[in-house]
Amino acid sequence: MTVRVGKAAEAPEFPDAAKALVSNTQLRHNVRHATDVIRGKRARVVAEMPDWEELRATAHETKEHTLQYLESYLVQFEEACTRAGGKVHWARDADEANRIIVDLIQYHNEKEVIKVKTMTSDEIQLNQALEDSGITPHETDLADLIVQLGEDQPSHIVVPALHRNKMEIREIFLKKMKLKELGEEAEDLAAAARTYLREKFLRVKTAISGANFLVAETGAVCVVESEGNGRMCLSLPQVLITIAGIEKVVPTFRDLEVFLQLLPRSATGERMNPYNSIWTGITSGDGPQEFHVVLLDNGRTGVLADPESRQTLDCIRCGACLNACPVYRQTGGHAYGSVYAGPIGAIVTPQLQSMQHSLSLPYASSLCGACYEVCPVKINIPEILIHLRSKVVEGRGAPLSERMAMKAAAQSLAGPARFSLAQKLARIGQWPFERDGMLRDLPGMLAGWTDVRDLPAIPKESFREWWRKREKKESA
Amino acid sequence: MISLFVACYNDMMFPDTGKAVVTVLERLGHRVEFRAAQTCCGQMHYNTGYHEDGMRLMVHFLKVFRGAEVICVPSSSCVAMMRDHYLKMAAASGDAALEQEVAAVLPRVFEFSELLVDKFGVTDVGAFYPHTVTLHTSCHALRSLHVGDKPVRLLKAVRGLTLLELPQSEECCGFGGTFAVKNPEVSAAMLGDKVRCVLNTGAEVCTASDNSCLMHIGGALSRQRTGVRTMHLAEILASTGGGGQS
Repeated sequence: MTVRVGKAAEAPEFPDAAKALVSNTQLRHNVRHATDVIRGKRARVVAEMPDWEELRATAHETKEHTLQYLESYLVQFEEACTRAGGKVHWARDADEANRIIVDLIQYHNEKEVIKVKTMTSDEIQLNQALEDSGITPHETDLADLIVQLGEDQPSHIVVPALHRNKMEIREIFLKKMKLKELGEEAEDLAAAARTYLREKFLRVKTAISGANFLVAETGAVCVVESEGNGRMCLSLPQVLITIAGIEKVVPTFRDLEVFLQLLPRSATGERMNPYNSIWTGITSGDGPQEFHVVLLDNGRTGVLADPESRQTLDCIRCGACLNACPVYRQTGGHAYGSVYAGPIGAIVTPQLQSMQHSLSLPYASSLCGACYEVCPVKINIPEILIHLRSKVVEGRGAPLSERMAMKAAAQSLAGPARFSLAQKLARIGQWPFERDGMLRDLPGMLAGWTDVRDLPAIPKESFREWWRKREKKESA
Repeated sequence: MISLFVACYNDMMFPDTGKAVVTVLERLGHRVEFRAAQTCCGQMHYNTGYHEDGMRLMVHFLKVFRGAEVICVPSSSCVAMMRDHYLKMAAASGDAALEQEVAAVLPRVFEFSELLVDKFGVTDVGAFYPHTVTLHTSCHALRSLHVGDKPVRLLKAVRGLTLLELPQSEECCGFGGTFAVKNPEVSAAMLGDKVRCVLNTGAEVCTASDNSCLMHIGGALSRQRTGVRTMHLAEILASTGGGGQS
């Protein structure tokens, strides 16, 4: 089994990727503006819910329970979905999932597919696999379309083109839709996308979707969206293929009551999603006449096996943690080198694929806790980040200079005599860098600090020295 | 008797904060002890992933403060370390006695403003500080300690002090311990936002219950020659002279 998460294995380390993005002033402006807007909307619609904390707690418990009995709920889903006329496929990793989907499309001799709302397909790099097999994928979610036409990568798990502003999108549309003219208003852009997509909806006979929830009890699949493009994808084609991570299952239809309140308010600051599509298998003469669900593992059972971080799989991909994150706010999603950006990406990517490709991600956080505060399913992201950091350290993945510095610090802090000595030595050692009471141009790792900040010089007398003197005076 | 855990970085880098805590507590009529064997709560090691080192420092902390009635800590982030992680660390060690020891010590640990407002029920500590001040609430104070308006109430009771509200006060300053050196570019960008907010208030002084954030914010205020200084909450509360920069 080879687990791949997008192109994360080849991605640069987070600090290096972030460096370039932080200097992109337009991108930072776009990301700041967009996250500010969503944060504001979310805060308003969450504040009006008297039982928000109860909903969060219930969602967390439901997810934890489901994960504990995941195997039986998945089998229950398979049985129910099959009874309703669907076909369930099990994929161990990205390659297997891609092969299943390509085979299904080739069986029908189709050369094109329309796609909607599937981050999981980005995770397994499905578009690449389709193109390699001579199949053209058309993204139909507006933001995904912008990313695809712009030959770009998604930068947000709910708003994939969040890093682009209106004028940039207009440029992409003009060029890629081969338009002679296009207005500058959002309505003009939406109209252009509508014209472009309608033709595809009416012509292409196979669709690929993601899933927000799978219902074990009934075999139903649920997709929520804002545009209606999803509804078209889910209802117009003859063949529908849904790809879903195994953690997407919930036990009963009733459970959706909780999640469909939490998700839209957390994701887009809406009370309800404009389109909530829930379908069960196939219905003769209405909608797709062939329906497949590909259940994807791709590293998820590995996460399930770690009790310290299992709750990572509770995630409902609302993106609230991205919008709340002060780190994401500065870099946007591309710095995370994965389709999963922001705080949740920093814990999902390293756990799904082998840690060695994403050693820097658990450190891409100041541990401020804003993500945990807004998470609708109460994933304690900071705690998982710390857990993953300990795995990096245990696996000797931290830089040697850091390991030595931390070892030296631990030894200095082991007892008061050593600490006093270390304080004295530091005071002596700082003289080459001290100017006007500030330390400047420090070497090694500390250069990152003094590049943009001063650091006060270590004072001549520590607190413990002052206290000792005071005690002496008092006893004298 | 109040036992002061001054925090390792305050001990070495910001001794005035420890002195200020002693001043305020004694002014309120309390006796203060400083157990000289103390070093560090273990946060830097634990949060960076060096859990064995963090564990050793926790065990040392517990040994030093065994039997202490009330432990005062002028650093929200150290208190957050203890409350958020000590129990879990002790449980992971499988040592039941250690777990009991943690459970016994935690209710006796108070962040400085918690000690004054919650434990002693005091907001006016007799301070005089005729300056304009803005308050940065550290992430740990805000989200782990849920410190609420305690520092604000303490500052509002200081004679002569004008408190100016900091915009976007719930946003991290970008320090995050080793984050600032492991991700210097992003940290600097976050700091840029914070400094802009501090300057927009027009305050002379930026205060907080954590010198770690203040070292970070103050480092940029100083580098950019903004003329705004940082000062720990305890130092403002200790002030009676009304003078300028000490």
